[in-house]
Amino acid sequence: MTEQKTPLLQTSSQTVGPFFHYGLIFGEEHILVNEHTLGQRIIITGTVFDGDGEPIPDALVEIWQADVNGYFDHPEDPNHDKADKHFKYFGRSDTVKNGVYSFKTVKPAVATCNNDTQEAPYVCVRVFSRGMLIHAVTRMYFPNEKNNETDVLLNSIDANRKQTLIARLVENNDLPTYHFDIHLQGAEETVFLDL
Amino acid sequence: MADDNNSKLISTLDRSVHPPHLYPAYTSTVKRAPANALMPVAQKISDLTGPTYGEGTIGELDSDLTKNSVVNGEPVGERIIVVGRVLEESGRPVPNALIEIWQANSTGRYIHNRDQHDAPLDPNFRGAGRCLTNSKGEYRFVTIKPGAYPWRNHENAWRPAHIHLSVFGRNFNSRLVTQMYFPGDPLMALDPIYLGLPEKARPLLISSYAHDITEPEWALGYRFDIVLSGSRQTPFE
Ligand SMILES: [Fe+3]
Repeated sequence: MTEQKTPLLQTSSQTVGPFFHYGLIFGEEHILVNEHTLGQRIIITGTVFDGDGEPIPDALVEIWQADVNGYFDHPEDPNHDKADKHFKYFGRSDTVKNGVYSFKTVKPAVATCNNDTQEAPYVCVRVFSRGMLIHAVTRMYFPNEKNNETDVLLNSIDANRKQTLIARLVENNDLPTYHFDIHLQGAEETVFLDL
Repeated sequence: MADDNNSKLISTLDRSVHPPHLYPAYTSTVKRAPANALMPVAQKISDLTGPTYGEGTIGELDSDLTKNSVVNGEPVGERIIVVGRVLEESGRPVPNALIEIWQANSTGRYIHNRDQHDAPLDPNFRGAGRCLTNSKGEYRFVTIKPGAYPWRNHENAWRPAHIHLSVFGRNFNSRLVTQMYFPGDPLMALDPIYLGLPEKARPLLISSYAHDITEPEWALGYRFDIVLSGSRQTPFE
């Protein structure tokens, strides 16, 4: 056991490249629920676009979120023993079909242990692709949430860019479907976070 | 403890060692790099937590790429053993870290259906594997040394030999996708993906030849440690 006096340098990111699929995409990691999972199923889907507005068919999208009651199945959550053991919390999807990713999940509640009654529910999103030396991080918020008015992060963003973080509910499907397009660049560029 | 989570300090990505979004010599970054400054945000419990992996995640052969996709014989090429540790900046090891790797075969060809490089596929080599770090943060893969391959970034562009790695640390903030290079590869000095790194960060992506890992009459050893963002606190503070 060695104690570091000065922190070690982090290992740098490198692009995921165009050929990650057979290393990272297998099983059904875009489906976060099984038949026992608590909560209404929802679809989260969208397209990843480049600066020309062209869909990116070789991106990798990852999500991480609380369960329907706002718990995480992880020791850092003080209430993790209450977390839904039948929910997967993490998902990943490629965008092979015209830049479109898709997840079947549940709508998270605000994380209970943040003790923030003003906070709006959200899903953490990470985007990797060829042409990105480092991934981009954002958060997807839900439309028509009263706490979207009081949420600290949403309120710190200019009104004209705030909409890039709020999904659009599409009603005409079997399951409630939230559309969340991700623009890496351009007039509609998504707000990305320094995380 | 329960109320501490927002004040607990975990480090985010150290932008002085990570590459920028925009590095024009790597031409695909030009239309894929966010133009706006990244927005500073407070860390939440969603950043302190992340996927956890344990027993049952990994099959016995998953970390041996020379065995995990054999059809009718051994894969062709130079057999290598890659070992290393996953650490946080404090030096604290990260146990149960999931590492996934993927790579070209010894001829520089990926099995991926979109790889058009005119080099032979190896029926006995898929080029993908995974493992979990042990309680000391250590991992070990057996594989075939990947070949260099051409790409279309610029005239006569070749990627240096590399293994792609995806790592999940203690929390979702420590998520890392990177590439491991081999010592002495002359193509690194010409590679805009490698050169996109700040200079001080470059040596950390080059594995070192490890004679103590090399097994006589069988395979060469390489060592590649991975340092993730995460707790900056020392383990004994
Ligand atoms: Fe590659």
